[in-house]
Amino acid sequence: MIEISHVNKWYSPTFQVLTDCTTNVTKGEVVVVCGPSGSGKSTLIKCVNALEPFQSGDILVDGTKVNDPKTNLPKLRSRVGMVFQHFELFPHLKIIDNLCLAQEKVLGRGHDKAQAKGMQLLERVGLKEQAQKFPAQLSGGQQQRVAIARALAMDPIVMLFDEPTSALDPEMVSEVLDVMVDLAREGMTMMVVTHEMGFARKVANRVIFMDRGEIVEDAAKDDFFGKPRSDRAQKFLSKILSH
Amino acid sequence: MFGNLDFDVIRRALPYLFYEGMTFTLTLTFLAALGGLIFGTALALMRLSGLKILGRIAGIYVDFMRSLPLVLVIFWFYFLVPYIGQWVTGASRPISVGAFASSLITFIMFEAAYFSEIMRAGIQSISRGQPAAASALGLTYAQTMRYVVLPQAFRNMLPVLITQTIVLFQDTSLVYVLSITDFLGAASKVAQRDGRLVEMYLFAAVVYFTISCIASYGVRRLQARIAIIR
Repeated sequence: MIEISHVNKWYSPTFQVLTDCTTNVTKGEVVVVCGPSGSGKSTLIKCVNALEPFQSGDILVDGTKVNDPKTNLPKLRSRVGMVFQHFELFPHLKIIDNLCLAQEKVLGRGHDKAQAKGMQLLERVGLKEQAQKFPAQLSGGQQQRVAIARALAMDPIVMLFDEPTSALDPEMVSEVLDVMVDLAREGMTMMVVTHEMGFARKVANRVIFMDRGEIVEDAAKDDFFGKPRSDRAQKFLSKILSH
Repeated sequence: MFGNLDFDVIRRALPYLFYEGMTFTLTLTFLAALGGLIFGTALALMRLSGLKILGRIAGIYVDFMRSLPLVLVIFWFYFLVPYIGQWVTGASRPISVGAFASSLITFIMFEAAYFSEIMRAGIQSISRGQPAAASALGLTYAQTMRYVVLPQAFRNMLPVLITQTIVLFQDTSLVYVLSITDFLGAASKVAQRDGRLVEMYLFAAVVYFTISCIASYGVRRLQARIAIIR
């Protein structure tokens, strides 16, 4: 579904953020990407739907080459759902209109159909009552669930999560993770940048560990948590699992 | 001091002042603000487009307009446009452009420079995550601007835009250099005709002051309301 091969990215000639990253996500798989901050994991996931350009290497999503100038990026992105750290709901639109905008303008769905789909997804994330409110009137956890629903409204073939719980108050983390766990169990293909190792343990198939722009470890979940091969991954795990 | 002033001259001139003068002033203000906002937004988008050449053109235009006194632009434009029209169309004589059309175009072009800076600040006030989220949903650049960025930029900047329009409302009085009958022009004509300069100019000042004050008060109320919504 997602094939990343030998991706290199420089912010400036002397500052390389991604170094020869190669991995893949197959259909129905849940892959968790973790690593210390500044390791390039968010940058890598943003390369997948071309929100960040990269200088060399290839990324294919469902057979379409992301870094090909001829690729119709809006069309490709409409099939790749993305959830951001800071939710990024559109503050000037009501919740339901946040869910309808891209359905109508990108997929060309009629207003009624988009509304129905939107309400159905809001119900699924438990926020049907909030449909007529504005984003600022919702809590962080609620906003992030709306953001997930907004991405799902496009019927994506894969979902990307960029630290979806990092900006949340601790008591709101689980409501978002619950939605994500349900999604994973339904067979959604997911690539998730997160520090939530509990989530990784529960639903991930594979865990990728990144450090300083490199993929240091790419292993099945049980291998990764059992005994990581690299020192850096061991250190990282001992730090975030120690308390 | 006010013993020999005749304020009845104002009452008699009211229909003329408002039906003719104020109607013109408000029409010019409204159309110039609207045109200036549209043209100004286009300039702001050019400056932020990332295409160096477009940004350069818009930047030079804005700096140029902001470096000239408005009254000079009005004056020059009025006398130049007929010749530019002649040159563009290849006509044998200068093309006559009415004073209204000329002044409207001048104000639109002049105000666009100011509105573009306001809209640029408004667009830059939107966090980069917003266009990223819109792109991630598959919206094109134009759709992202139209449905996500510009509505927010416009709303954030509405108080400043209206304040600028109040300034514009006062500036429209400069069309007197073209002998146009705007509100001040009308007052001035009555003043000259009846020899009642003090009364008429005093009255004109009171009217401009009152309208601008009420509008400014409205802006403050609006600001408070927007602050609650956000």
